[in-house]
Amino acid sequence: MYTTILEPKMVKDEKSTVTETPETKTKIHVENLNLFYGEKQALFDVSIDIKEKEVTALIGPSGCGKSTFLRTLNRMNDLIEGVKISGKIIIDDENIYESNDVIKLRTKVGMVFQKPNLFPMSIYDNVAYGPRMQGIKNKAILNEIVENSLRGAAIWDEVQDRLKSSALGLSGGQQQRVCIARAIAMKPDVILMDEPTSALDPISTLKIEELIAAMKKDYTIVIVTHNMQQAARVSDKTAFFLNGEIIEFDETSKIFSMPSDQRTEDYVTGRFG
Amino acid sequence: MRKLKDLILLGLLWFAAFLTVAVLVTIVGFIFYKGIGLISFDFIFGDYSPSGGGGIWPMVVTTIYTIVISLLIATPIGILAAVYLQEYAKQGRMVRIIRFATESLTGIPSIIYGLFGAVFFVTTLKLGMSIIAASLTLTIIILPVIIRTTEESLKTVPQSYREGSLALGTTKLQTLYKVILPSAMPGILSGIILSMGRIIGESAAIFLTAGTVAAMPESIFSSARTLTVHSYLVTQEAGDIELAAAIGIILIAIILILNFSATWISKKLNKADY
Amino acid sequence: MSTLPVKREKSNKRKYFMEKLSGKVFLFCALLSVISLLLIIGFVFFKGSKPFIGEGYSIVDFLFGNDWVPSENQFGIFPMIVASIYATIGALIIGVPVGLFTAIFLAEIAPKSIAKIISPAVQLLAGIPSVLYGVFGLAVIVPFLQNQLGLIKGQSLIAVILVLAIMMLPTVVTVAETAIRAVPKSYREGSLALGASQIGTIFKVVVPSAKSGIMTAVVLGMGRAIGETMAVILVAGNSLIIPTSLTDSIRPLTTNIALEMGYAFGTHQEMLFATGIVLFSFILLLNFVLARISSKGGN
Repeated sequence: MYTTILEPKMVKDEKSTVTETPETKTKIHVENLNLFYGEKQALFDVSIDIKEKEVTALIGPSGCGKSTFLRTLNRMNDLIEGVKISGKIIIDDENIYESNDVIKLRTKVGMVFQKPNLFPMSIYDNVAYGPRMQGIKNKAILNEIVENSLRGAAIWDEVQDRLKSSALGLSGGQQQRVCIARAIAMKPDVILMDEPTSALDPISTLKIEELIAAMKKDYTIVIVTHNMQQAARVSDKTAFFLNGEIIEFDETSKIFSMPSDQRTEDYVTGRFG
Repeated sequence: MRKLKDLILLGLLWFAAFLTVAVLVTIVGFIFYKGIGLISFDFIFGDYSPSGGGGIWPMVVTTIYTIVISLLIATPIGILAAVYLQEYAKQGRMVRIIRFATESLTGIPSIIYGLFGAVFFVTTLKLGMSIIAASLTLTIIILPVIIRTTEESLKTVPQSYREGSLALGTTKLQTLYKVILPSAMPGILSGIILSMGRIIGESAAIFLTAGTVAAMPESIFSSARTLTVHSYLVTQEAGDIELAAAIGIILIAIILILNFSATWISKKLNKADY
Repeated sequence: MSTLPVKREKSNKRKYFMEKLSGKVFLFCALLSVISLLLIIGFVFFKGSKPFIGEGYSIVDFLFGNDWVPSENQFGIFPMIVASIYATIGALIIGVPVGLFTAIFLAEIAPKSIAKIISPAVQLLAGIPSVLYGVFGLAVIVPFLQNQLGLIKGQSLIAVILVLAIMMLPTVVTVAETAIRAVPKSYREGSLALGASQIGTIFKVVVPSAKSGIMTAVVLGMGRAIGETMAVILVAGNSLIIPTSLTDSIRPLTTNIALEMGYAFGTHQEMLFATGIVLFSFILLLNFVLARISSKGGN
């Protein structure tokens, strides 16, 4: 009984294999997305199809709108006063700005932030936080969710004997992986990552990158990164943002080897940014 | 010339500081010197006797009543009001009006609160001169204190906590009581302790709303005296400086304990985070 | 099959309802302070304006009349207004410079070890019930004045001024010290690097930069002084005369209310509310004036 609760992924896999092959299924369809901060327009006619179970990297110079775009996918921009949005974002046949169930959206689309932002609670409580807020109280279920999530984030071995101690005592890299575990605990379909390694040292960064590669088989991942090598290493597709527009979106290998737009080439070869 | 001027100013700075410290030490010293002789177990826990020589237990009880009742009402209202201002409200006219009202309440002298309490709680609501009328008046007095300190501590809760929680599909309400309020707790607690100090120090507003009956209150609807009012009345009516000073020692001791516990709580809770 | 997604759908409706409801409850709590303010102003003004609207008393006679004899329906509060103003200004003249200089000393001159003891102690004293300052005033200051100046009655304007000045000290020191400490180090270094002396730097650079915080300290101290009631009753003497010297016994506005509220009724009680309105207006006016001064100084 409990194991079926813990493996909703399997159910979905069966369904998707019936309808489409995983490679071709579009998970997130974005069409003519415009975003305004008050009077200032931050995103211009953004259209993109993000495929299921792929890693999509968003690159571009600071202030190009890539983080803003990422945050439209789980409606985190709703927290900022004066944000207006037009256009369509369709996740699983549902326009997320028409359906007003933000709670459902955010349980389906998880997020990992730039800096680890664990709560001042124990490691266990941090990971169990989301499921608990969904009303899961059964200890045995929670224990399994916590263990599986921490395993899924490749941090179980490091923290299994200190689950009850404060999460803020961990190193930055460990904290970020617990953040990933916390997101996984909600069993999302999509995980958004907003420069998840920008505050970390190279070794921790490497661990997270390995983790992302491993997570790909279960999740659709959209990652914003400043680091072009990282984009090249971890992603299948890459979108290049400039001044609130998508300049180019293609296979990562193509973006980095033979981009079709001069501006993309200038950026990936390090001429600006 | 410039050097001389500097020297004179420097001398004045030392003098002013010396004066301040000397005056304040004198006052505290005086109160202890005058009052310490009366302090005893029987003095604090003994019943009041109109003929003199009795204890102050009824006033201690009255003071505790006023503290507990006004905190019970003002704390939830104040915290939720601060939550509204910091976490829920869109900046605009509504928030400006509420802020203006809160600030204005801070500036009103306690005698005006007393007048209001006397006409509204005592007369209009027919509560009579009573502990409950005084406590309700005190509730309004400490409300701005609790709102302001809670707001300040909500501001210190990192935005990333809110984002982290909401991104997990929780509601604002869940985020509030599971993450934000626990993180803001040290600040909120010191605000509550600060208002206890304010309640204990209050005299004029209580004088006009609770009356001056010097006896153990039968219920919260009885008229009674708090410690501070008692200290005033024994000075004013009987010129009994020793008794007033002895009450003063108790009051100062309570204030000291409150302050230390405020510091201790916030230190302890801050440490627990790490 | 899996219960988690089902659970999501089911409970969300309730969650959104709770979300809406809690927002309304929070708004209501916040509005309570507005409601309280309106009630206070409403009741005090309603009661206090009754004699002038319904009962034919003249506002001018009230504000500028010299005689307060409730039994003969004479209600003039001019002596109290003058007493309140004198007492407040006098307390500011003594309390602000001493408090400000102490704050400067603690923030700039005093060795850290000394400041670390004195500052929290002074802060603590801000929390002492003001009645105790009145008790001290009656027991020490009043007899001292009586003996030294050969007065018949030591309770006087000067006694009130001294008690209020002492009482506002902790507030003024604490707030001003915080403001001075908040001045960036670079300001001091910039001035010292230009060859200014430490004292010159303090008075020409540091204090002006902390001006708005110091103004706040003055306003708060003044608020404490003008609103203080019980401590003042103990040392004021409560004579209904226009004070002409520092040694005259006085009755400020606040004490008039506290002394007579207990037995007043009818027009007499309404006149006490009118006294409250005057006090209220004074505080508003003084805050306004000080805000103007500090904003002008800022330019």
